[in-house]
Amino acid sequence: MARPQTKSAGATSPKADPVPTSNRERPAEPKRYEASKEELLEFYRQMTLIRRFEERAGQLYGLGLIGGFCHLYIGQEAVAVGLQSALDNEKDSVITGYRDHGHMLAYGIDPKVIMAELTGRQAGISKGKGGSMHMFSVEHKFYGGHGIVGAQVSLGAGLAFKHKYSNDGGVCLAYFGDGAANQGQVYESLNMAELWKLPIIFVIENNGYAMGTAVNRAASEDQLYRRGESFRVPGMQVDGMDVLAVRGAIEEALQWVRAGKGPIVMELKTYRYRGHSMSDPAKYRTREEVQTMKDTSDCIDHAVRELEAMGVTAEELKAIDKDIRQKVAEAADFAEQSPEPDPAELYTDVLVGTY
Amino acid sequence: MAIELKMPALSPTMEEGTLAKWLVKEGDEVKSGDILAEIETDKATMEFEAVDEGTIAKILVPEGTDNVKVGVAIALLAGEGEDASAAVATPAPRAEEKAPVADATTPHQMETGARELVADVARAEKAGADARDPEIPAGTEMVKMTVREALRDAMAEEMRADDRVFVMGEEVAQYQGAYKVTQGLLDEFGDRRVIDTPITEYGFAGVGTGAAMAGLRPIVEFMTFNFAMQAIDHIINSAAKTNYMSGGQMRAPIVFRGPNGAAARVGAQHSQNYGPWYAAVPGLIVIAPYSAADAKGLLKAAIRSEDPVVFLENELLYGQSFEVPKLDDFVLPIGKARVAREGKDVTLVSYSIGVGVALEAAVKLAEEGIDAEVIDLRTLRPLDTETVLTSLAKTNRLVVVEEGWPTCSIASEIAAVVMEKGFDDLDAPVLRVTNVDVPLPYAANLEKLALIKTDDVVAAAKKVCYR
Repeated sequence: MARPQTKSAGATSPKADPVPTSNRERPAEPKRYEASKEELLEFYRQMTLIRRFEERAGQLYGLGLIGGFCHLYIGQEAVAVGLQSALDNEKDSVITGYRDHGHMLAYGIDPKVIMAELTGRQAGISKGKGGSMHMFSVEHKFYGGHGIVGAQVSLGAGLAFKHKYSNDGGVCLAYFGDGAANQGQVYESLNMAELWKLPIIFVIENNGYAMGTAVNRAASEDQLYRRGESFRVPGMQVDGMDVLAVRGAIEEALQWVRAGKGPIVMELKTYRYRGHSMSDPAKYRTREEVQTMKDTSDCIDHAVRELEAMGVTAEELKAIDKDIRQKVAEAADFAEQSPEPDPAELYTDVLVGTY
Repeated sequence: MAIELKMPALSPTMEEGTLAKWLVKEGDEVKSGDILAEIETDKATMEFEAVDEGTIAKILVPEGTDNVKVGVAIALLAGEGEDASAAVATPAPRAEEKAPVADATTPHQMETGARELVADVARAEKAGADARDPEIPAGTEMVKMTVREALRDAMAEEMRADDRVFVMGEEVAQYQGAYKVTQGLLDEFGDRRVIDTPITEYGFAGVGTGAAMAGLRPIVEFMTFNFAMQAIDHIINSAAKTNYMSGGQMRAPIVFRGPNGAAARVGAQHSQNYGPWYAAVPGLIVIAPYSAADAKGLLKAAIRSEDPVVFLENELLYGQSFEVPKLDDFVLPIGKARVAREGKDVTLVSYSIGVGVALEAAVKLAEEGIDAEVIDLRTLRPLDTETVLTSLAKTNRLVVVEEGWPTCSIASEIAAVVMEKGFDDLDAPVLRVTNVDVPLPYAANLEKLALIKTDDVVAAAKKVCYR
């Protein structure tokens, strides 16, 4: 059964359930990031942008303007924002699955082209041909946007292979869910990544449910941060509802990987408030469970409390909120009003070359 | 009486080999399991073990001898208590050089339908049935080369020219390739660029595809394409669809290569032609060469392509020799079929090893007064329908020859294209000569029955010519 998390630090501490002692070097216990007011405000802004964007996407879906599958990131915002804030965007790469809107927004990519992709318009970042699940920004070293559960993990190992091959100093962040954590290719990738000391961070976004299946109904070892141990890949478990805990953990992970010590697994304990996709009524968990998480563990509320403690006023936050609401409204309008792709686009981009 | 030690067959299709080295000398006593000699084929060096105990009475074939036929006596072994010199004085009857006797103690050629396919290729090549490719400039010096060497040279040349190109796969580096296609690459390019992977097809196909997305030019070798079924998700979902899904932003310039189709007596799970599978997928280039020249020119083109390429080789062709142009940079166009033999009465369309069968059938048909044109498709996607239709307009009759299953095959596709675009040129229905529609059986007689045969092609061609 589902196990609602009751404290704001949603993760169970690794110390409570230790892995067998090992004489191998392990990364140090991560420390919570000490953000400046400006940094935390920026995290707040990004998380709120993702939340409002996703809420609007949910509305547009309800209006029939977004089709097919649409997987919202609401509840999990602290993960993408905390992790990606630590990357060097000049050299590090990111790849994820189909719940990808938040990761794009965390790069500061224009919400308009993301929303326009959701509505299948020419102005969308994939010219309307990818949709919710297939968005990419090679310019930002964001490699998608993949619809087959787990595929992004071995593709991510390939991105890391390139970092190593070209000796460009980059690290790949490969996100996947607790569901994908049971896919065979994840373990094939862990094995190769450790064998070849690839610069990759395996990021497990554990939101508690693989579609409708609770983690402990699908995973014999539900402490997913341990999943790399038999490949000698160390793991850390992180409170994914706390953006500063996430940021602190990724600092440690990056230090490990950039030092050439090979890959690392990060399990981010998080929670999605909405169904798996827009077509999921989420009958597998109680309303109370969801409400408890929202009331006690929400990443944005958490940041608000800390910002207030730092002396940020309600007016300042309101101004940010207003700005975000306007940006999202503009993105939605743009996405509704942009033209659909030209019919000729049907035949473009199948192959690069002419034969 | 002395026992004759005979040249062994070390692989199902081995006809001859080099006696590289004797590890015993005359007068040595040997017992069962001792290594007597090293025998080399084009693929590998193998050890030849003693089965019986005794004394080496005489070495009949000295070390370093090339082209020693399978079944030929290479040494005499005097049995226990037997005088070695007497054994030599009264040698056993000479072994028949042809058709070695099939008893339990005599090495003999394994029975397989694959040998017929290979023999067709060899006969067709010997008969000069394969026309010169117009892509090769007139007067170009030609050198004999096996398909295996041509593929290796193609990779090596591209790796020398472009640091982004690397090879990964099972046994490609230290072992020098399960089928020796990557022989020598590790020595020249080192382990940064020639990478042994664990047996983990799904995973390393994904790693290769990811590396391609990031800008490298991976060559992923599958030990055979049968194992690529575990990786087909990345070939199709990740590599083939990425450019389209990203609106042209993200590419996957990768080559997936390895042997495809039936080999010799390896049973159902190791004998399948995936040409039709991959050729069905938009976003992929699919190449299936027949000759060594095409293998080289097209593999170089595949490595340079910005698109993902499935490059289907054929194990039975690896050891076959063809004329290859001696050019510094021989690259062939993707998507162009080749008229392998010109004719006017009937068009035989094929690809990969089927081309050898079609060419041999054309030689037989010529003896019966039927002049067959043979088209080697070379690329299965995009399909060069123009060359097929042009030939049909000349011959008005068409037979497709495919070493693969008939249902939803390349042959089916050609038949559909000809119906749609060449109907008025047809004087007879298009016929398909394919393998039998069953999993490939192991038993030698059944395997022979299941594979395509020259006689079936001849019969089909005569039928469409109403002869």
